[in-house]
Amino acid sequence: MPSPRYWREIPSRYRLEASRCCGCGKVCYPARRVCPACGASDWKATRLSHHAKVVTSTVIHVPPTEFLNEAPYAMAIVETPEGARLMIQIVDCDPDEVKPGTEVNLEFRLIRKEGLSGILCYGHKGVPVG
Amino acid sequence: MREVAIVAAGMTRFGELWQLSLRDLFVEAAMEALDGAKADHLDAIYVGNMSGGQFVGQEHLAPLMADHLGMAGVAATRVESACASGGMALRQAFLDVASGASDMVLAAGVEKMNDGADVTAVLASAADQETEAYHGITFPGLYAMIARAHMEEFGTTEEDLAAVSVKNHKHGALNPKAQFGREVTTEEVMNSSMVAAPLRLLHCSPVSDGAAAVLVVPLERAKEFTDRPVRILGSGAATGSMALADRQDPAFLDAVSLSAGRAYKMAGIRPGDLNVAEVHDCFSIAEICVTEALCVVDRGKGGETVRSGYTSLGGKLPMNTSGGLKSKGHPVGATGVAQAIEIFEQLRGEAGDRQVKDAHIGLAQNMGGSGASSVVHIFQRV
Amino acid sequence: MAGIVGYGAFIPRNRIKSEEIARQWGKDPDTIRRGLLLEEKSVPGIDEDTITISVAAGRAALERAGIDPTKIGALYIGSESHPYAVKPSGTVVAEALGVGPEVHVADFEFACKAGTEAMFVACGLVESKRVEYAMGIGADTSQGAANDALEFSASAGGAAFIFGRKNLLADVVDTYSYTSDTPDFWRREGEFYPRHGGRFTGEPAYFNHVLSASRAILDKTGLKASDFRYAVFHMPNGKFPLAAGKKLGFKKKQLEQGWVVNKMGNTYSGSSPTGLAAILDVAEADDLILITSFGSGAGSDSFVLKATAELPKRRARAPTVRAMLDGRRRYLTYGEYAKYREKIIVNT
Repeated sequence: MPSPRYWREIPSRYRLEASRCCGCGKVCYPARRVCPACGASDWKATRLSHHAKVVTSTVIHVPPTEFLNEAPYAMAIVETPEGARLMIQIVDCDPDEVKPGTEVNLEFRLIRKEGLSGILCYGHKGVPVG
Repeated sequence: MREVAIVAAGMTRFGELWQLSLRDLFVEAAMEALDGAKADHLDAIYVGNMSGGQFVGQEHLAPLMADHLGMAGVAATRVESACASGGMALRQAFLDVASGASDMVLAAGVEKMNDGADVTAVLASAADQETEAYHGITFPGLYAMIARAHMEEFGTTEEDLAAVSVKNHKHGALNPKAQFGREVTTEEVMNSSMVAAPLRLLHCSPVSDGAAAVLVVPLERAKEFTDRPVRILGSGAATGSMALADRQDPAFLDAVSLSAGRAYKMAGIRPGDLNVAEVHDCFSIAEICVTEALCVVDRGKGGETVRSGYTSLGGKLPMNTSGGLKSKGHPVGATGVAQAIEIFEQLRGEAGDRQVKDAHIGLAQNMGGSGASSVVHIFQRV
Repeated sequence: MAGIVGYGAFIPRNRIKSEEIARQWGKDPDTIRRGLLLEEKSVPGIDEDTITISVAAGRAALERAGIDPTKIGALYIGSESHPYAVKPSGTVVAEALGVGPEVHVADFEFACKAGTEAMFVACGLVESKRVEYAMGIGADTSQGAANDALEFSASAGGAAFIFGRKNLLADVVDTYSYTSDTPDFWRREGEFYPRHGGRFTGEPAYFNHVLSASRAILDKTGLKASDFRYAVFHMPNGKFPLAAGKKLGFKKKQLEQGWVVNKMGNTYSGSSPTGLAAILDVAEADDLILITSFGSGAGSDSFVLKATAELPKRRARAPTVRAMLDGRRRYLTYGEYAKYREKIIVNT
């Protein structure tokens, strides 16, 4: 991944920075210029909580090359208390234990390495609570 | 807007076509269509292709294809909408002729997937790069999440998913151009290896090479080229949220529903008027969701609809008589045009063993990514 | 005077038992367990490294400190396994914690002492009043060579400490550092695994520096072993810290709480810092605590700390070390362990 593209996403990936629409209150993650719900383009910066609930999930058995050694791994769409949804891996558990409604804490993890000599790319993953 | 018709079609076999390059595939399909109509010139070419650039390093496909067809000079452009590229190319051709701007337009689709590219990675570029692909999702993974959401909301089962594969393989076994000419059993499907839970290998359409092309002309000139033209009665396209996480309900394909509504409106028909349909079964769950989004059946009923035989040959509304993407193959950019060709042949009575008796209204639905784009065409026997 | 206003630790949830490693190499598991006093160790996942561990520990430290991260004027991470050879770990951690951009960041290294080193400098900077708050982190995911004694102990984990001048959880009473050039353990540029001098790592290295630093700080502060409630020493294995403690006159009861190595392994720069975090998890007002680290090469940093009445009030805000050791975890086979630690050659 080229550095500028990665670097631009640091606020959203590292700090879960999002936007709250001044028109309708919808929280968008990552932040957007135009609200997909009401079309307004006026928003306030906000951050997501570090916990969320699983909406739907799967277990990837045939992964992309960069994730070869991690398969099988669970991936899920999770929803934070702010109403924002994001797609993340769920780790440190049996992948089959991830179900709709599973509560997770969001932890900072290494998402991918660009081969042996490229940059390291970080972000968040979910770990089931308890 | 003028009335528009398809007057000729051409298609390669779909499969692992090692001997044929991207340009070979296109020329073979295009020549078959042009020869079929005895057409000697074109006003425009629309080439549907998801990613010549990532699969074989070739962008700028339109002039390349026109050139290799011996038609350098013709106005041409590539149309891209991930897996809906072919359907969108057809739509562009339809609009070009309907507007009166062009008379002879070739709508073609082509994809060369087997030349050594990392297919999983290329297909994942149709997903949201920053929020989905970045984290390790794959195409099957996205549809697997849709499947789980559908199963959670409506009680759809893995057997329902298998029923789609079994039905489409049964149909595909009757299609000489299909990638897989054999049937599969429910047991084989349920025992195939896991790709992204709950989707198994035999719930997923294959990686394929292939091309398909149709010649689109104003209806008033159709008889110059064939005595059995097929009219394009309606065309509707729509987009939806790119990221699955941003959809209101991951189990509902809202872009499909919107595009179908627009097509039904233009055509002046209702779902109940359809006799045959080709839908985008990139994964078994997709056909179940599309059946619902097309308003053929109510939300949640897609699974039992397949199992009841409603959408099998001989049923009330046969779907994917070609074998669908699952058994016919899915060379991404070509699929949308190939779907139109199946309906074209059905409405001309040329579908051989796959013929739906007395079919006169048909539908082709083609979508991109995890359902972020969709295009629907409705056809009528003339 | 400066002290700790926030602390946190993080231990990866994957584990491997000593007997699983012993079985792999045809060694007798009982001999290993008795000889090294090691039961199991933590193993970092493919998605974990010094940076991710530091962020987790740092977040917990911020919870306990209850301060605005932008007030942290310096952030230092000491490790032997910084993810990049050139590019700081500290900048990633700072951005993730919401620290900066007005912040001084540096990565430290000094074998296993790099953690207390970061703490030493952070503390000094706060004391000098150059910054209001400073964070010192010790974290590692170091490797032990396959079929080597170190494979039983080299593990992953870390702890973070925020230093400030008010609302202290523990006061830093005094510090002492003892250093000499002693080549007991090293890794040359480009080598995958470190090398060590076998038994040379004992007396002339570990014990010389740990005992010298500890005796000197006791001398300097006029304190004796019996004045302390708790003591923790660098834990390269289960035996050395207990032997060092005994030599200094500490009893088992004083050493138990910080002695986390038998379940965690040696987290290198995170070793004594995590032991300190385990002590802070239970210490009461006015308890005296001694921590002496050891880094090969070689040197030891000693701190004498005094817990305050604030400590029991704020420590519940984040997980304790014991809770992490006993909580959600997964035991790996040697094959899974080798895969995670990239000991298996795959096509890149």
